[in-house]
Amino acid sequence: MAPVATDTLVRTLVERAETVRAAWLEAAAAELHGRTTRGELEREQSDILDALLDGLRAGGTTLSDAAFDQLRGILADVSAARARLGFTPRETAIGVFALKEGLYRLTSDDDVAVDVTPLLRLVDDLGLFTFETYAAAREAIISEQAEQLLELSTPVVKLWEGVVAVPLVGTLDSARTQVVMEKLLNTLVDTGSEHAIIDITGVPAVDTQVAQHLLKTVVAARLMGAECTISGIRPQIAQTIVALGIEFGDIRTRATLADALVDALRANGRTASAGVPA
Amino acid sequence: MTAATSETAERLPVRADSDVVKVRQLVRSLAQQARLSLVDQTKLVTAASELARNTLVYGGGGEAEVELVSDGARTGVRAVFSDEGPGIPDLDLALTDGWTSGSGLGLGLSGSRRLVQHFAIDTAPGVGTRVEIATWSR
Amino acid sequence: MSDGVPILKIGSTLLVSIQVDLQDDTALRLQEDLAERITRTGARGVIIDISGLEIVDSFIGRMLASVAAISHVLDATTVVVGMRPAVAITMVELGLSLGDVRTALDVERGLAMLRPEDRSAEEILLAAAEREEG
Repeated sequence: MAPVATDTLVRTLVERAETVRAAWLEAAAAELHGRTTRGELEREQSDILDALLDGLRAGGTTLSDAAFDQLRGILADVSAARARLGFTPRETAIGVFALKEGLYRLTSDDDVAVDVTPLLRLVDDLGLFTFETYAAAREAIISEQAEQLLELSTPVVKLWEGVVAVPLVGTLDSARTQVVMEKLLNTLVDTGSEHAIIDITGVPAVDTQVAQHLLKTVVAARLMGAECTISGIRPQIAQTIVALGIEFGDIRTRATLADALVDALRANGRTASAGVPA
Repeated sequence: MTAATSETAERLPVRADSDVVKVRQLVRSLAQQARLSLVDQTKLVTAASELARNTLVYGGGGEAEVELVSDGARTGVRAVFSDEGPGIPDLDLALTDGWTSGSGLGLGLSGSRRLVQHFAIDTAPGVGTRVEIATWSR
Repeated sequence: MSDGVPILKIGSTLLVSIQVDLQDDTALRLQEDLAERITRTGARGVIIDISGLEIVDSFIGRMLASVAAISHVLDATTVVVGMRPAVAITMVELGLSLGDVRTALDVERGLAMLRPEDRSAEEILLAAAEREEG
């Protein structure tokens, strides 16, 4: 493959930098109106252009070359920042693709007789790279938020001396149910509670897997010497459980959280009185 | 399975009851280094205990190889148990809950498979058995 | 062979606290020792504290279930106490159950679970003798 830029191309780019940048800025600003200031765009673009020129001078031909390390770094920073600020994919990529507008100016200028096609190809690569880092940054944000949500959505509360409860809200998946299970069992030990209530009033649907997880939690609690009640089973869910043929066995279920609490307190009273010699 | 780069593997003989305990301790210490969650650590160590005992009881003794592994983003622990015992004639049957050729509960193989993220078994009658397990940090 | 696990006797209850990672032969010896102690002392209850155990695999699980079954035959109740959450989750995943073994969060609750009428034969005879005298 021939080098992307001959010396003439680099020289032309440096000489005509103002023209290129003006057109680039115009195109990008038109698209990004209001989302970012012209000053910021200008600074960003001059950083990118400088790094691009440095890379070309160092003999870089494709974006993955070591000569373009700095350029890739700048692009990654810019697109990650845009992802965090909530820019759309289009708004992020346009900042780079608009550079083509600048390059077209060069070809339409009669004084200049250079072939900018290789550069246009490079700009395409820059755009793709920008988009990739943008997507990666978004993914990172999403998984961060999912983790935060997981923490937020599983509060284990103490209802009474010896009774803890976890009100589940929203869709349950394996990962979340596992977190709930661990948290609930740890709370039993930490608070010395012998009763746990899992309230599923806020759970829209229960499938076989989720039911399995609930059952496992109950069995694990029993191994530790605690009793676990599942409350808030809505009529539709009761129907699903039966339709799916899920065996709830001897697991205690109650219609409401209040019923479950009364039940736990009654059981507590029994053990307390059983401990007193007649 | 993802290609994992192996660092230094530690080998332990599995020839006596006390060796099973040593395998458990080694797996636990590496699982802590790999920053596995407490539940994942416990599951991995329990699986290792079951498999080391299988090596001892059914394989007539053998070897355990435990190492920290990394696939770039995550670190994990891999353990390999190998023996030159009679092998397992019917693998499908051996992986069924409750099936046992010995006096155990029949949960060793099938149960430990549920405790780890990666489980691979290689066995041939008269040649021996090799079981590989691994769990990565989340 | 490592050292055995000590068995304490408090009234009519035997208390075992497993503090270290048990070797298989040590676990088997504990099972035998317990059976022997129940018969010798006429204990009515056995409390096995496993809060020190980092794992319970099928071997230890079977030992606990056996002790419970044996003590049942010998007319004593076994309570396993202090199982850690991670251990309980792992046991469930492994498919291991402790059968009819009773469980409690800690030693104190385990003791409360053993009914007060579970007094040793000696205590009941002494009480009867006292009544006779009075």
